Amino acid sequence: MTVFAFYLFAIVTVLSGLFVVISRNPVHSVLWLILAFFSSAGLFVLLGAEFVAMLLVIVYVGAVAVLFLFVVMMLDVDFAELRGGLAQYLPMGLLIGVVLLVELGLVFGHWTFAEDYEAARAAVTPALSDTQNTVALGQLIYTQYIYLFQTAGLILLVAMIGAIVLTMRHRTDVKRQDILAQMYRDPAKAMELKDVKPGQGL
Amino acid sequence: MIATDLNTILPEVVLAIYAMAALMWGVYRGKDAEAPMLFWLTAMMLAGLGTWIGLEPEGTKTAFNDAFINDGFARFSKVMILFSAAIILLMSQEYLKRNKLLQFEFPILVALSVVGMMMMVSAGDLMALYMGLELQSLALYVIAAFRRDSARSTEAGLKYFVLGALSSGLLLYGASLIYGFAGTTSFGGITDAIGQGDMSLGMLIGLVFLLTGLAFKVSAVPFHMWTPDVYEGSPTPVTAFFATAPKVAAMGLFARVMFDAFGGAIADWSQIIALLSVLSMFLGAIAAIGQNNIKRLMAYSSISHMGFALMGLAAGSEQGVQAMLIYMAIYITMNIGVFAFILNMEKDGQAVTDIASLNLYSRVEPLRAAALMVLLFSLAGIPPMVGFFGKFYVLQAAVDQGLLWLAIGGVIASVIGAFYYLRIVYLMYFGEAREALDGTMPPIHWAALMASAFVMVAGIVNLFGVGTLAGAAAATLLK
Repeated sequence: MTVFAFYLFAIVTVLSGLFVVISRNPVHSVLWLILAFFSSAGLFVLLGAEFVAMLLVIVYVGAVAVLFLFVVMMLDVDFAELRGGLAQYLPMGLLIGVVLLVELGLVFGHWTFAEDYEAARAAVTPALSDTQNTVALGQLIYTQYIYLFQTAGLILLVAMIGAIVLTMRHRTDVKRQDILAQMYRDPAKAMELKDVKPGQGL
Repeated sequence: MIATDLNTILPEVVLAIYAMAALMWGVYRGKDAEAPMLFWLTAMMLAGLGTWIGLEPEGTKTAFNDAFINDGFARFSKVMILFSAAIILLMSQEYLKRNKLLQFEFPILVALSVVGMMMMVSAGDLMALYMGLELQSLALYVIAAFRRDSARSTEAGLKYFVLGALSSGLLLYGASLIYGFAGTTSFGGITDAIGQGDMSLGMLIGLVFLLTGLAFKVSAVPFHMWTPDVYEGSPTPVTAFFATAPKVAAMGLFARVMFDAFGGAIADWSQIIALLSVLSMFLGAIAAIGQNNIKRLMAYSSISHMGFALMGLAAGSEQGVQAMLIYMAIYITMNIGVFAFILNMEKDGQAVTDIASLNLYSRVEPLRAAALMVLLFSLAGIPPMVGFFGKFYVLQAAVDQGLLWLAIGGVIASVIGAFYYLRIVYLMYFGEAREALDGTMPPIHWAALMASAFVMVAGIVNLFGVGTLAGAAAATLLK
């Protein structure tokens, strides 16, 4: 069953990755990317790394991919033209791809064949039987590193204040909706009934 | 456990919560009409916290697994930071109102950057160091660009931000190398990893990168390029703020990292800091000669003064740290006075920064001119002003540690630097008659200018006891 699930997710990930690159419509590319994120999240769940899986869905699918989608739809980028130089960049791209593949192979090789590989793997995480990933991370962030975690929050607050201070302009020449005024408005104040005599007009 | 930790960082927590509450109040309560009150309230808050920290009992407390250290050194630096920030905040209000920049976010950003500075001088861990530094810097980037309609101010903010991000990157790279070779980010752990012997090469490279990042923050040569442009472009109160509290925080952090984490390898970093110091002193002194804009001139002056403060650090002794702390205390006092003057350099309601506008100023405002003269003499380090004693202590510390060449370099640089301070005095008293400045001076600025000039003269008796306090603070750092 696990094997079946693995191959399902893996094949979907690889295929959707391929479609991200080759699909003609950039919006489709982003949608394929979202599928790739989802299926890699599935792979992470199979590995027992449920926190990374949640992160992938919430952060990448929920925020980053949607952002991409907006950028693609809002900006007037001529993707056909961008793709025009494909043949020109292909050798360089392939070279980088090969280098990346070799590096990944080296990491995998070390991870699998090194003499002390079992100790090295065990050192990274506590045993799954003791605690889950999410719990372990939470225990670190909210106890040992609470000081740093809260400071990071303060830094984000400063960034938010800064963005607003530097860009927001209070415009006075626009009409804004005043909901209270709308609600208090009634026919008695808004309308005036006039008795118009026939043939006279106002 | 967490309760005692929180108790140790209570002043920081109080200030952070105050800033958030003030932000909410500002957003809901009203627009910028009530900002002046927020300036006063924040200044009171900062001064109150400064008094509180100053009166805390002696002793060293740590919190959050040594990520936060509250010792005498941290308290001394925090008192300097808090009081200088409070005074600058009060002085900025008038200027910002005159230039239609009065927004309630300004005091809040200053308060948050002060939180960052307090974390910096108390850092006991590379991560806490970086967090404090970023909190402080991010708020400073924003207030550098506070006059968003002016291209200069925006340029200053952007330049500061881009170069600051670059330096943070260098610092982080150094920190990660140190973490890799020491296996821990806490300063105590790094000291243990170094031991008494030689540092490993990787650690040494990490140390150099860390020093580079820190040197950028104190604007030491050759990482000073941003300083003149940022000082010139930012609104003047922001420049005044840059020249005081953040400098203390950065120097405090510098000393903290060097002694707490790398105390076992003084010889390794001392030579680097000595080089930074001598370069800063000379470049600050020589490059300022050609400046006609008083804000640019103060930027080069701050580069040169940071060189002197670094000389105290380069000595690598308790006496050196003491001299550095005394130097910083004197330096920020002088800067508060000088900037109280610069904030009011106006002609027909327009702010002027050209030095030539000071021609024969002594005939217009004799008292203010005299006060500025005293401050400039003190900045130049001419006896018997207090500024001379600041320089004297660092030179003595350097000589005692056998850094004679550095001390001689310092003396020569200070003689060269005296030229441009004295040029302003010359213009004020013997210049050509021109249209003079006509800015009036609000009482707060007048008081700050006169008080700081008075301190420069009266302090020669015993420096108001700062020497002893700085000595005690330095002793806690070196343990």
